This record gives sequence, C-alpha cells and structure tokens, in this order.
Amino acid sequence: MSEIRTLIVDDSSVMRKIVERALRQAGLELMVVHEAGSGTEGLDLLRAKQVDLILSDINMPSMDGLEFLRQLRAQNLAPGVPVVMITTESSEEHVKQAILAGAQGYIRKPFTAEQVKERVLPLLSAA
Amino acid sequence: MAVTLRESVQLVSDPRNLDASVEEVFQMMLGVGCERNAGPVLHEDESVTAVVGFGGLLSGACVFRSGSSTAIKIAALMTGMEFDEVDDTVKDAIGEIGNMLAGAWKGKVPNLSANCGLSVPAVITGRDYNLHVQAPEFQLHHAYKFDESSFDVTIVCDGLQ
Repeated sequence: MSEIRTLIVDDSSVMRKIVERALRQAGLELMVVHEAGSGTEGLDLLRAKQVDLILSDINMPSMDGLEFLRQLRAQNLAPGVPVVMITTESSEEHVKQAILAGAQGYIRKPFTAEQVKERVLPLLSAA
Repeated sequence: MAVTLRESVQLVSDPRNLDASVEEVFQMMLGVGCERNAGPVLHEDESVTAVVGFGGLLSGACVFRSGSSTAIKIAALMTGMEFDEVDDTVKDAIGEIGNMLAGAWKGKVPNLSANCGLSVPAVITGRDYNLHVQAPEFQLHHAYKFDESSFDVTIVCDGLQ
C-alpha cells in the first residue's frame, strides 16, 4: 500500500491518536495525518490540503459528523475520497443516515485494529 | 405505531447488558479483562467522573467514576502515554470511556439504540461529591475491577417513554 494522507475528525484528541494507531496497526503507511477537532475544522483543513482517506466521529459539538459529511459533498471538497464514520452510534438508522450523507464505511466504537483494517483497506484499494 | 420502551423495561434494565458493555469497552480499547467487583471501590482523595446524557425514548445518564490513579492508568492503557496527574488528556480519555460505555449499553437494546441519543461527555474532577437523582425509573450501579484498580459505572434512567 502506498503512503497515504489521512484526515481524522474527532473532538477527542485521545480518540484521534487511537484511530491513528489503529490505522498503523492495520498496516497503512501514513505519510501525513491531519487532525481536526470538529466538522468545521475538518472542512477548513480540506480547503487547504489534499487527503486520500477521511475518518470522522459523528457525535461532536459545533458541527457533527453527519453535517460535516453533507457539507463536504455539497462543497465538493475531497471528491472521490472515501469517508469512514467512527462512532458510538450503531443503530441501523444511524448507519443509514451516514451512508445517505455519503459515507463509504462505518466503524462502531469500541473497535479493534482488525476491524479498522477490514473496513478501511478495501476502500483504499477501490479508490 | 409509536415506538415505546415501556414494555421492554426489563430488557432495558437488565444488569447483564451493563456488565457486557464494560467488558467489551475495556477489552477492545484497553486490552484488559474487567470483572464485577464484589467489594467496595477503593476511595481516593480525588475522583474523576464522566457523565454522558441519554435523550429520546429514554432520558438519564451513564456515569463512570474512578479515583485519579485509576483514571491515569486507564488513559495510559488507551494512549500508550505516561501521565503524572489528571491532565486534559486523561480527562479526555475518561470522557471517551464514558461515551463508549453509554453507546455500547444502549446498543444492547435495538429500540433503545435507534431512539436514544447521547450527549457529548462532561468530565468532573474533585473530592466529596455524590450523584443524586430524584426518584429514578431505574438505576444500575455496578463496581468493577481490572488488575488492582477499581471503578464504578451507574446507569440512571429518569424517564422512559
């Protein structure tokens, strides 16, 4: 797998580090890891930087992950870049909302590195 | 027909759901086994509490509480970092533990999972404070231990539709 540029959006800095560690454990060679503490920060970052993969929490203050995803699509930022939601919200309804908003994958917290690998690697191969 | 949890209150308040949620979160995120603690939680001078609110068909909260040394140990296991005190990263880690416990617990009951939202976690540190809810619908209060550390988790429901 070639080196990839990643954006991790989560209001928890601890979770951002855990997600980054899980991606490395999944075998990804992360060239750059950008971090954003909210959807708004994530959008600002994507206006300035190019990435190959986006992972986002849903339940965040100021702009939640679903709104971030809708804005991302509406503003045509990061076209074709896979987005995976990582969240404690695990009902079918939440998954459906995320997919409708444009997410390609969904990982429920708590998660293992193996689950991250299973969900993320196929998306990068297909991109 | 409107969705209701009233008829499934026994399922919602099943204490095994809380135990399974705690075991799942600690095993997957910290890599440690965790079990019910028959004894009392060891009291420390300072405690760290994470509160995550429930809203929707069920209103209430999931409350995680430990002493500061246990909170530091949990944060270290989660992040691979070392901490000397309860700093912002430790508080962040404990907030996420509360968030995952609340999410895992409500995920055990499909109607609850789909019709109950979570607040962002609030973390409180300090000494000599108690949680009090006037006449809850139900309350689960369990103590747990991992290694030599202990903590407790409370699910309090003050409204059920």
